[in-house]
Amino acid sequence: MATVADALVTGGKTYADVNADVSRPLESFPTTKWWVCFGTALFFLAIGLASWTMEFTYGIGMWGLNHPSGWGTDITNFVFWVGIGHAGTLISAILFLFRQKWRTGINRSAEAMTIFAVMCALLVVLTHTGRPWYAAFWLLPYPNQRQLWVNFRSPLLWDVFAVSTYFTISLIFWFVGLIPDIASVRDRAKNKTRKLIYTLLSLGWRGSNKNWSHYETAYMIFAGLSTPLVLSVHSVVSFDFAVSNLPGWHTTIFPPYFVAGAIFSGFAMVVTLLVIMREMFGFKNYITLGHLERMNKIILATGMIVGYAYACEFFIAWYSGSAFERFTFINRAFGPYWWSYWIMVSCNVLSPQVFWFRAARRNIAVMFIISLYVNIGMYFERFVIIVTSLHRDFLPSSWDMYVPKFWEWGVFIGTLGFFFTMFLLFVRFLPAIAMGEVKSVMPTPKENAHG
Amino acid sequence: MAKAVLGFYNSPEDLIAGMEKVRAANYEQFDAYTPFPVHGLDDAQGLKRSWIPWAVLVLGMSGTATAFVMQYWMSAVDWPHIIGGKPFNSWPAFVPIMFELTVLFAGITNLVSMLVACGFPNLKKKIFDPSLTNNRFAIAIEEVVLPTHDSHGDVIERKPSKFKTFNESEASQLLKQSGAVEVRTVVQEGWFA
Repeated sequence: MATVADALVTGGKTYADVNADVSRPLESFPTTKWWVCFGTALFFLAIGLASWTMEFTYGIGMWGLNHPSGWGTDITNFVFWVGIGHAGTLISAILFLFRQKWRTGINRSAEAMTIFAVMCALLVVLTHTGRPWYAAFWLLPYPNQRQLWVNFRSPLLWDVFAVSTYFTISLIFWFVGLIPDIASVRDRAKNKTRKLIYTLLSLGWRGSNKNWSHYETAYMIFAGLSTPLVLSVHSVVSFDFAVSNLPGWHTTIFPPYFVAGAIFSGFAMVVTLLVIMREMFGFKNYITLGHLERMNKIILATGMIVGYAYACEFFIAWYSGSAFERFTFINRAFGPYWWSYWIMVSCNVLSPQVFWFRAARRNIAVMFIISLYVNIGMYFERFVIIVTSLHRDFLPSSWDMYVPKFWEWGVFIGTLGFFFTMFLLFVRFLPAIAMGEVKSVMPTPKENAHG
Repeated sequence: MAKAVLGFYNSPEDLIAGMEKVRAANYEQFDAYTPFPVHGLDDAQGLKRSWIPWAVLVLGMSGTATAFVMQYWMSAVDWPHIIGGKPFNSWPAFVPIMFELTVLFAGITNLVSMLVACGFPNLKKKIFDPSLTNNRFAIAIEEVVLPTHDSHGDVIERKPSKFKTFNESEASQLLKQSGAVEVRTVVQEGWFA
């Protein structure tokens, strides 16, 4: 019998309550709160569209990039958004394989977050090429009139395959998970058009156990495939740096360090989103303080791993005896970009330490603020890695400072707008909590009667 | 239109107990309908393990092979270039893409297999009752309607079936005995009829 402490759904809900509560935002006219959020997101997106228009018109020369800083906020944005996506896959796949029942309340929205975050990543990485309509010529191996193939020894090409596979598999996994819940929404629909759309989207699901049997097997395989996939994706992203010969990038610690950082930042984004979502749609009985507390524990644990990686990098820079390595790391912490380094350390290493206290882990205001700090800190982590390593290269005569211009920030604001626009549309049109999965971890009517 | 007898059960536990009785009666076409997967029901129903993992294994490995052959042919056969002083067949550098294509092929196979195994998109068989995706659990014993004449108008001769013949009153009696709290006869409709 479940005790109160580990009840995954509170408020004495029945199976029918789950459908009614989760479907409510889909079946009622959006609230003012939703419109305010949606309007803000659209405004951000408009800034992004203006920034992209400027970029495509005048080229990336209008950004603050220079020699030696060929990468700046563009790749920072890319790594930031890919990283955000990782928590969704961790929740949906890895926690599934570990049979963590608490994942059921949050996996749907976390997976949606993954998909929109990876879309943002694809968007920034394609547009940073300057002329994205030519990007297919350089990125994909296809027979062409120049008779040239892409360079398979380049980690940038591995990235093309890793991120596009990640996006495809995440999207399929998410859709497969949605099928039974779309069927639930369909069977509640009263409006004819609405019923037709959800019928088509549900693929004609009818809850047959013969179907469930195949479905469960396929779901398990998706989890099994996504688990190594998610670990590979950020490893490959880290190869973009680690395979080069640049001090500050050329380290073997990068793959696990990047993966831990990705999960760290992704969980922070999940907490940010869920705190808002459970408030806005009244999902407090499904996304309980218990769920949020568990996520905060993961933030604490991965934050410590990231902190360890920062320390380890410094130790190895000293231990290597390489003058270039030592210079890069001292410059990182005390050079012209010292402020970005210390923002990173205080947000990522120091701020999650409050989660040692149970009261802080269960306090909505505290966790919301810490989750924003972690998002900021992880953005600066990528900024620090990219910019501080590049701006002082081997030849002092070519040293230069990189200062992002307004239209570069505009691109980042635009991705934020895109991300939140998509997420708000998602909670409006698709069930944001996996109803079928939540029901499967609730006590059955019989257990309730005996309880 | 094929008929079916639908029996509703109060809880997943009752459903499993009922399923064991229904299965023992040896009907050709019977299935449970539930809002979420009920553990232990597959065994009670006598379902075999899904074949999907085998398809995924084979096509996943073909993804590995495709990725290696593609990279080897493009880098070492079609137009060999020396890049970074590495051999033409620098296979360790090919491993990341071999892994990614393995997952991509396996994942798409998994989706397609699932759709095939479940008969999706299912346009013809409408759900028996809208509560089955909400809060109720049911077993349906379905009538099997086979064509009696072939396209030339000749009578099709069949061996006698090894299954029990569908009979509405017998089937509803069975469902009631197996613990169903509500039994009704339904007709299989299409989604867009």
